Amino acid sequence: MSIFYFIAFLSILFAVLVISAKNPVHSILYLVLTFFTFTIQYILLNAQFLAIVNFIVYMGAILVLFLYTLMLINLNKDSEPMKTNLVKIAAVLGGGCLLVVLVGALKVLGISQPVILKNPDLGLVKNLGKVLFNEFLLPFEVSSLLLLSAMVGAVLLATKDKKTTA
Amino acid sequence: MGTTDIIVKFILIVIIFLISLVVAMYSTYAERKIAAFFQDRLGPSRAGPFGILQPVADGTKMFLKEEIIPANSSKFLFIVGPSLAIMTACIGSAVIPWGQTLVIGSYHLDLQVTDINVGVLYLFGVVSLGVYGVMIGGWASNNKYSLLGAIRAASQNISYEIAMGLSIIALLMTTGTLSLKEIAAQQHGWHWNVVYQPLGFLIFIICAFAETNRSPFDLPECETELVGGYHTEYSSMKLGFYLFAEYINMFISSAVMSTLYFGGYNFPFMHSLGLSDNWVTILGVVALFAKIFFFIFFFMWVRWTIPRFRYDQLMDLGWKTLIPLAIANIVITGIVLTLIK
Repeated sequence: MSIFYFIAFLSILFAVLVISAKNPVHSILYLVLTFFTFTIQYILLNAQFLAIVNFIVYMGAILVLFLYTLMLINLNKDSEPMKTNLVKIAAVLGGGCLLVVLVGALKVLGISQPVILKNPDLGLVKNLGKVLFNEFLLPFEVSSLLLLSAMVGAVLLATKDKKTTA
Repeated sequence: MGTTDIIVKFILIVIIFLISLVVAMYSTYAERKIAAFFQDRLGPSRAGPFGILQPVADGTKMFLKEEIIPANSSKFLFIVGPSLAIMTACIGSAVIPWGQTLVIGSYHLDLQVTDINVGVLYLFGVVSLGVYGVMIGGWASNNKYSLLGAIRAASQNISYEIAMGLSIIALLMTTGTLSLKEIAAQQHGWHWNVVYQPLGFLIFIICAFAETNRSPFDLPECETELVGGYHTEYSSMKLGFYLFAEYINMFISSAVMSTLYFGGYNFPFMHSLGLSDNWVTILGVVALFAKIFFFIFFFMWVRWTIPRFRYDQLMDLGWKTLIPLAIANIVITGIVLTLIK
């Protein structure tokens, strides 16, 4: 339990650093660390497959692409657009509303009954695969179709318009 | 896990770590000797007999050189880059089964640091993490050539990771397990996976070349275009770490290829020699290292034979050839598996 609190503290610390860091590249690196702490949490929950997939997909692929894009952007402070006062006031109002909602939500907070799984090894690859391909086959296939359509959409958007290039 | 187990595992980790470092050290020597052989030269021959002490001399030189951190670099990340590179290179060895079980008295010594049930995915994760060392170092140098090298490395690694993952999926369909120990054990007696997955192995080895940034895919450090690539600004041991990480990566990927496709510690007629189990295990370790050294030699053989790719050719090969081939391989494997059942 103490490991959980320590890792949770690190997650929140790095998450705060992501938004407070001045340099976008530093932000991304803090985000990498945040995802790494999530990986540790998954391992603590005995969900090894989820942990390693989080590790590969988020840390190893998506954030590398983020970093890749950010490195190509001009990071000079002078080129940063200045916001008008109206936008700043709107941002303060919006943030205040969010704070009210959060405080309201925290007020009615109660400790839920801990869920005890029938099978504590559910997160291991073998069991997870069996569950995904038997019990939850339809949602699993539907979500894979969703990902496929997203991929096709991205390819369509990325291909050049034949009329303009030809 | 008792205290003895922890101590034994600790010693095993230290031994594997030392072996990785020594193999990487002598790979630099082997590389130069092999290059010399291919180019009809002598190669290093002054330090010790046959130049055998050359890596020691090189290492000492690296340590003694002046350490320069560029004035406009981001200093912390400049140091983090090579540290990450060498760290990700070293942690891959944790899941590789170096041999079977040694029985000493009543104690069973497993020649593998840990047998996690997602071993193959762990290796894949470590590979995908490797790109951070190069990217952070290249960006922190605050140098255009370094940045270009880092960007090349990142796009190359991401492109070839996909094909590598797809080739591994086909392998997993035939083996039915993610544990490297079980994969190695299944290949007992000529059931080597390369026989069942020849195309998968071909894709895997090409991707391994790309992931370790070895020639013909060494565009991130292409000196004719980029001065020195991502480590242009590095000096002293920090440069040494980058170069060293490449050799350790080569060692680990050779070990992975031997384990996944070439039977790991299995060797022909291992149980018909009439030797005791411990001797068979020790010979198995020797066999695994023989396979690893063959692959390291293969890496070097290719480097001194084939010229470097052009950047667009590299991307074409990755996206338009290897990925469709890997997907076709998965489909064929699936059909054959269904027909056999």
